[in-house]
Amino acid sequence: MPDGSTLRSFVRIEGLKRHFDVSAPWLVRKLEGRSRQLVQAVDGIDIDIAKGETFSLVGESGCGKSTVARLVVGLYPPTAGRIEFDGQDMAGRRVRSESAALRRRLQMIFQDPYASLNPRWRVFDIIAEPIRAFGLATSKADLEKQVGDLLRQVRLTPADGRKFPHEFSGGQRQRISIARALASRPEFLVCDEPTSALDVSVQAQILNLMMDLQRRFGLTYLFISHNLAVVYHISTRVGVMYLGRLVEQAPTDTLFRRPKHPYTRMLLDTIPDLEMTGRQRTPVAGEVPSPLDPPSGCSFHPRCPFANDRCKAERPRSLPIEGGAVACHAIEEGRLAIEDRDYRPAP
Amino acid sequence: MTTVARSLSNKEPLLEVKNLRVEFPTRRGTLLAVDDVSFDIAPGEVLGVVGESGAGKSLTGNAIIGLLEPPGRIAGGEIRLEGRRIDNLPYEQMRKIRGARIGAIFQDPLTSLNPLYSVGRQLVETIQTHLPMSAADARKRAIDLLKEVGIPGAEHRIDHYPHQFSGGMRQRVVIALALCAGPRLIVADEPTTALDVSIQAQIIALLKRLCRDHGTAVMLVTHDMGVIAETADRVAVMYAGRIVEIGPVHNVIKHANHPYTRGLMGSIPSLGHRSERLIQIDGSMPRLTEIPRGCAFNPRCSERGRRCLVERPDLIPAGLGWAACWLHDVAGVGPAATKELADA
Ligand SMILES: Nc1ncnc2c1ncn2[C@@H]1O[C@H](COP(=O)(O)OP(=O)(O)OP(=O)(O)O)[C@@H](O)[C@H]1O
Ligand SMILES: Nc1ncnc2c1ncn2[C@@H]1O[C@H](COP(=O)(O)OP(=O)(O)O)[C@@H](O)[C@H]1O
Ligand code: SF4
Ligand code: SF4
Ligand SMILES: [Mg+2]
Ligand SMILES: [Mg+2]
Repeated sequence: MPDGSTLRSFVRIEGLKRHFDVSAPWLVRKLEGRSRQLVQAVDGIDIDIAKGETFSLVGESGCGKSTVARLVVGLYPPTAGRIEFDGQDMAGRRVRSESAALRRRLQMIFQDPYASLNPRWRVFDIIAEPIRAFGLATSKADLEKQVGDLLRQVRLTPADGRKFPHEFSGGQRQRISIARALASRPEFLVCDEPTSALDVSVQAQILNLMMDLQRRFGLTYLFISHNLAVVYHISTRVGVMYLGRLVEQAPTDTLFRRPKHPYTRMLLDTIPDLEMTGRQRTPVAGEVPSPLDPPSGCSFHPRCPFANDRCKAERPRSLPIEGGAVACHAIEEGRLAIEDRDYRPAP
Repeated sequence: MTTVARSLSNKEPLLEVKNLRVEFPTRRGTLLAVDDVSFDIAPGEVLGVVGESGAGKSLTGNAIIGLLEPPGRIAGGEIRLEGRRIDNLPYEQMRKIRGARIGAIFQDPLTSLNPLYSVGRQLVETIQTHLPMSAADARKRAIDLLKEVGIPGAEHRIDHYPHQFSGGMRQRVVIALALCAGPRLIVADEPTTALDVSIQAQIIALLKRLCRDHGTAVMLVTHDMGVIAETADRVAVMYAGRIVEIGPVHNVIKHANHPYTRGLMGSIPSLGHRSERLIQIDGSMPRLTEIPRGCAFNPRCSERGRRCLVERPDLIPAGLGWAACWLHDVAGVGPAATKELADA
C-alpha cells in the first residue's frame, strides 16, 4: 500500500511477478514457426499485511489468486519481486535452519480438503507430522496432548485421531486441515478458498472457527476467495485482482461502500441479491481475456464502459485514495464519480 | 402422503412427481436416498431445489430424466410429464423423450460435450435426431440457437471445438444443445456452480428468458440460494432425502417455516450487515445409514419436542407453502425433549 508508511507490515510483497512458460516444445515451435508463449499469471503486485489482520484477494477465475498464495508460501519461486516476512527476505534465507524456522511460522490451507490430506494416514499422524518435523514435542505424551488439544480447538474430539480422512465429511476434513496447519503454531496462514468446496451451512461453521482462532492466537490471514459476501465478513482489507494485477485495494467497508475501480463495481454488481430487494444482477458483458494475450494499456479496457484512448495505450499506476489504492485513469482524471452503495434491505 | 404441493398457477402441471422413492441396494441393506418426494411444476415455472450436498437433489433430477445410475432405482411413486407416466418407460423410449421433451443441463459442461466434434456437428446431429430437418436447415437452426444463448459471432463460432470456448460459453453451448428440439421441461443440475459469479448472472438471465419466451418449465437444482432467489418462482428445500419445505420463493427465503431452512438462510453471509459470527447450524446432515427416528433434523433442531423424536412429520400447510415440521401441526412438537431422552 503506497501509504503504508504508517502501518508496520508483517508481510510485505513488492513488485511480485510470476510468469509461466506454456510454449509448445522447441522443435514444434521451430517447425510451425510459433513463438514462445508466456502466461503472466502474476504481473507486478504490491501488498502490505499488518499483524493480526485478514487481507483478502478476490477476482474471477484465472486472475492469479492461487499463484500469489503459492508464491507467498514458497511453493513457486517468483519471476521477479520480493516477499518479506516479519522483516526477513524470504528469498534470502540461504541457511537451512533459517528456512525451516520461517516455514514453521507460515502455513497454507487449500481449497480441496479431500486432496490435501493423505488418505492412508490416520488423522493423528496427519496432525502430528508438522509437530514432529519441527521438533515441537518434548515427549510422546506431550505429542498426544498437543494433537488432542488441536482436535478440540477445531471442535473435533481426540478420539477422532484414530480415524482415517475418508471417515469424515467435507467440513470435518477441512477442520482437520486447519488443525494440521495450526500444529506448528504458525503466525501467518495463507488460506486459498478454504470454504469454496463446502455447503453454506458448513461454510458458516468453518468461517466462525477461523475468526475464533484468529482472535485467540492473534493469527494473520491472507484469505483467497471468489465469494465477495464471504470476503466482506472475514476481511480487514481487500485487494481486487484482474489478469495478474491488483486493480484496487481498500479497507473492507470502504471497498464495499465506496468501490472505485470499474472492475470492482462490476464484481459487486454480480453479487446475488438475497435480501430480495428486487435489485437485478447486471449481467456483465464479456469474460476475462486470455492471460496469454492480455489487452494493452489497462487490461480491463475491453470490458470497461469508461475506457478511452489513453486506457488502451497506457497502463494505469496504482495511486492512494481514501485509505486504499486504485489503478484507473478515469478515477485519477476525476471523470468517474465515486458513489456510496447501500446493501441493506429497503425498510 | 396425501399432500402434493401444487404450483402457484392454476394451469395443468407439466411435470408431476408423486411419492417418489429412490433406493440403492448395498451389501449392508437397502439405502433409501429419496424418500417420498412429491411436487409439480407448471409450464413457464421455475422450481428451485436446494439443500446440502447429499440431500438427494441430483437423484431426484436424474430419476425424472431417466438417468439413475444402477444399482440406483426408482422404488416407488410415479412421474408424469404432460399427464403421461414416464418413470416406467423402456430405456429407448425414455431416450427419445429426453432429447425431445426434456432437456438436461449438468454442472460440468464438458460431460455433455464431445471434445472431438465441433459444437456445430453436435448441435446438428442432436437436431436431426429429434426433428425431421435437412442438414442445411439443421445448421441454420443450430446458428439461431447459439445466437439465442448469446454466443457472439455464432456463424463463425459454430465450427469451433469445445476446448476453444471459455467455461461460461461452453455452458451456453450445453444449454443450446438442451434446447435443440424445443423441450417442454429443462432439468438443470447445478448449471452455474462451476462458473464465476459474473458469468452466473448471464446464464441465469438466459434461463429466465427461455422460461418466459417459450413457456418452458425448469427444475433448477442448486445449493446456491442466491441463484434461487433470482430465478425461481417456488423453492423446494431437501434434507436427508426428503422435501422439508416447499413454497413461493419470497416466503421460503424471507419467512422460512422450517427450522432447517431458517438456519440455512441465516448461515449465508450477506452484504446487508456484518457481525462477529455467522449463524451456524451445529452438527451435520446424517448419512443415509444413520437417519434418526422421528424428524430427521431433530438432533440439530433447537425447537424439537418429544414428538419429534418418534414421529416423522409429512408436509403440513405452513404460511403460503408447506413445511414438514410439527411446529405447524395443531398438536405441536409435544413436551420438551431432554438430552437423555433423545440419546436413548
Ligand atoms: N503451473 C502453471 N503453469 C502454467 N500456467 C499456470 C500455472 N499455474 C497457473 N497458471 C495460469 O496462471 C493464471 C492464474 O492462475 P491461478 O491458479 O493463480 O488463478 P486463480 O485466480 O487462483 O483462479 P481460480 O479462481 O480459478 O482458482 C491462469 O491463467 C492459469 O492458467
Ligand atoms: N451410487 C450410489 N450408491 C449409494 N449411494 C448413493 C449413490 N449415489 C448417490 N448416493 C447417495 O444418495 C444421497 C443423495 O445423493 P445426491 O442426489 O447426489 O445428492 P445431492 O445432489 O443433493 O448432493 C447421498 O447420500 C449419496 O451418498
Ligand atoms: S483505466 Fe480506463 S479502461 Fe481501465 S478501468 Fe479505468 S477507465 Fe476503465
Ligand atoms: S419436527 Fe421437531 S425436530 Fe423437526 S424441525 Fe420441526 S421442531 Fe425441529
Ligand atoms: Mg485458485
Ligand atoms: Mg448433486
